[in-house]
Amino acid sequence: MAQSNIMPGFRPAISFTLVYLALIVLIPLSAMLLKTFELSLDEYWAILTNPRVQASFRISFGAALIAAFVAGVFGFIIAWSLVRYTFPGKRLFDALIDLPFALPTAVAGIVLAAIYEPRGWIGKIVMDTLDVQIAYKPLGIVFALIFIGLPFVVRTIEPVLQEFDTAMEEAAASLGATRLQAFVKVILPNILPATITGVALAFARGVGEYGSVIFIAGNMPYISEIVPLLIITKLEQYDYAGATAIGLTMLILSFLLLLLINGLQWWVRRRSGQL
Amino acid sequence: MSISVNHISKHFGAFTALDNISLEIPEGELVALLGPSGCGKTTLLRIIAGLEQADQGDIFLKGDKVTDKPVKNRQIGFVFQHYALFRHMTVFDNVAFGLKVKPRRDRLSDADIAKKVHALLELVQLDWLHDRYPDQLSGGQRQRIALARALAVEPSVLLLDEPFGALDASVRKDLRQWLRNLHHDLNVTSIFVTHDQEEAMEVASQVVVLNHGRIEQQGAPGDIYDHPANAFVSRFIGQTNVFDLDEHDADWLQTAGLLTAQQKGKIAHVRPHDIVIEKSTADSDAFVTLKDWQHLGSLIRIELVKSGAAGQAASVYAEMPNDQFRRLHLNRGDKVELRIRHAHWFH
Amino acid sequence: MNAISATTFIASKKLTLSDPDWVRYALIALTLGIIGLFLVLPLLTVLIEAFAKGWTAYSASLTHPDALAAMRLTLLVAVVTVPLTTVFGVSAAWAIARFDFRGKSLLITLIDLPFSVSPVIAGLVYVLIFGAQGWLGLWFSGHDIKIIFAVPGIILATLFVTFPFVARELIPLMQEIGHEEEEAALSLGASGWQTFFKVTMPNVKWGLLNGVLLCNARAMGEFGAVSVVSGHIRGLTNTLPLHVEVSYNEYDFVGSFAGASVLAALAVVTLVVKTVLEWKRNQDKRLKVKG
Repeated sequence: MAQSNIMPGFRPAISFTLVYLALIVLIPLSAMLLKTFELSLDEYWAILTNPRVQASFRISFGAALIAAFVAGVFGFIIAWSLVRYTFPGKRLFDALIDLPFALPTAVAGIVLAAIYEPRGWIGKIVMDTLDVQIAYKPLGIVFALIFIGLPFVVRTIEPVLQEFDTAMEEAAASLGATRLQAFVKVILPNILPATITGVALAFARGVGEYGSVIFIAGNMPYISEIVPLLIITKLEQYDYAGATAIGLTMLILSFLLLLLINGLQWWVRRRSGQL
Repeated sequence: MSISVNHISKHFGAFTALDNISLEIPEGELVALLGPSGCGKTTLLRIIAGLEQADQGDIFLKGDKVTDKPVKNRQIGFVFQHYALFRHMTVFDNVAFGLKVKPRRDRLSDADIAKKVHALLELVQLDWLHDRYPDQLSGGQRQRIALARALAVEPSVLLLDEPFGALDASVRKDLRQWLRNLHHDLNVTSIFVTHDQEEAMEVASQVVVLNHGRIEQQGAPGDIYDHPANAFVSRFIGQTNVFDLDEHDADWLQTAGLLTAQQKGKIAHVRPHDIVIEKSTADSDAFVTLKDWQHLGSLIRIELVKSGAAGQAASVYAEMPNDQFRRLHLNRGDKVELRIRHAHWFH
Repeated sequence: MNAISATTFIASKKLTLSDPDWVRYALIALTLGIIGLFLVLPLLTVLIEAFAKGWTAYSASLTHPDALAAMRLTLLVAVVTVPLTTVFGVSAAWAIARFDFRGKSLLITLIDLPFSVSPVIAGLVYVLIFGAQGWLGLWFSGHDIKIIFAVPGIILATLFVTFPFVARELIPLMQEIGHEEEEAALSLGASGWQTFFKVTMPNVKWGLLNGVLLCNARAMGEFGAVSVVSGHIRGLTNTLPLHVEVSYNEYDFVGSFAGASVLAALAVVTLVVKTVLEWKRNQDKRLKVKG
């Protein structure tokens, strides 16, 4: 199987890798598939068409989508400022971007709830001025997912922006383009694939996110109940079949979306001759 | 004058990139800015283009003062060292870019743009690649597309930054000739930056030699080669042997025929082809030994060492045509006589 | 090559690349605003809430037996999972970055799989296997071994969520470095292990440490997956993040935020070390380029 290669250790390395992969990931995940097969198609369908289940899917995917887009815009602005400008404390802020990666989600959850609840620092200001409640509403879910998604976008765009050949911008200017034209026609198309990737990663993470959401969501069935929470609720009621059916569906939907996004990216790259 | 550079200075922190440079370039010339790395030649080109701001001085293009004009209003064509083609656009869209970003009232119709782009692509002989992307092209093709793109906006001057720097040696040779011919046909005033003296001599009608942010000499390639203004230019353009009379060379040079009467300084620069070699006769007191030789195509480069001397400084290089060398029937270790026909003297 | 000209050494403000002042100031203001609101404020809030009732309440919460037990369990989980994930990551990277075989890209995709699986599902799959109704659950409970609602389940779920962390960091790094140096070592008579420890390791150490660091942060901070399999038994199966949740749900906010402050401190330490590691890595790279 391995190429003719003087490097030693292929057999033990690949064997351990495959066994460990099977034990920790593949066998457990296929258990979920098998469990779902215990259901008849009608039963499976009944679980999925349950209004509460459908509402939770709408909320999870909807909130993740909105949050990913907002994180996309925010992330682009942050990446641009960090790469193109100098300002005091830049390195500190750059390091802080990874905080959502490093901060346990439960901590993020209780903190965001404390800030955005109607009596919290920001929550109170927004409540008093705009009469909008953030925490314990679907909006709270979006806020938590923006927090979670932000580093995905920034960290995908940053290296691409750093390696962007600025001579292209100079070329555009030398050909008579305004700064805005250079941005729209030259910079943006080159940064867009990375931005799409970042948004997709933020979205995929957001759909499955649990810890940072449940404290701020309010968890009202039909209104602010996310899919992962519903799975846990079903499990606590010993409805393993229901939990598994929902979990598998969520898994499949996420994969389809990721495939779609990968396809989109492949198409963008192909169009620009990078393949 | 097509391009006037008036007392331009530029500093990067404590480093002086350009030190009070003035330069006049007449209409239709093809000028090489030649100098070693860090001499400021690229900075000067970028200041003329408006990609960089000078600390002091003014730039005039066709009599207009453009010092404070942004690059997009200067009507220049710039070819970047690594071409800076737009990766996400086809060859056609790259060339059409400058025509498409014009304000609506100045813009050609789509049909006219297409016609013009195809005409330019034919000019650079690459129309068949019009729907490719830059990543699918070879270095030489990218170079020509970058040129076509710069020409699309009908620039009043064409500026090229190390146009052959990123190319293979063989492609480079072809493109040099091609650029010269293209310039001949279009007759647009052009400046290119290079660190390769051979390239400058071969392509340019005028050469400007820069060093440490100053102009050392400006003139036609032949003039610069035959009459270098100073020791730097003499060393930088072509090969040269350097003899310092303050050192131990004086007697030796006299014997070699470099008469003191000719002497106009302390340091003599002698081109290898100005050194004539003859096989020493048995009774002559020849004092130079032939150490080695290399074939440089039609020429032979001969390394000579003063007898008894050692080290790199003791070597003298001479060049002569292949057939002439063969007639001399020389071998390594032979004693030879040498005569210096011509030298440039510097202080 | 003119690439070594003075302009590349000394950063110059390139005219065409600078945005108008108002754009620059607006974007920097937005950047600072977003970072402040979403990142700095949460960090401050942890501290403010934790000390809302003063130092005594804070230290009392942290020294409470349940809190101490939770910290011990969190450490135990990390001590077990991080080495396993590291060994797996190194062996996967060795196989993938040093050999060509069929199905390699599929293997890379499968290794990344746990990233795109919701942590709740990661917990769920182990409940399905080892739970009371699970396939192996009966056998294990027959032998009086508890997996679900016990420490082994927590460790398994953590192994799942941290699965790709080290491999993902090492594979691209080792691919980028290439295998010429290792081949040189082998050709000079080094054994496989000697080559690995004397050539491979020094080249990838900063990347490896970075992977281990992030893996550790996730192992100590994982909430969703662990929450499903833990059963929330105080003093026994509560990790620190679960302790934070339980306290919060019981309106013991000081206790909850005190626990959170420990985890937040861990996150900050992680970020600091990560920044240092990146700096070290760039320095090594620069030295190599120079040399």
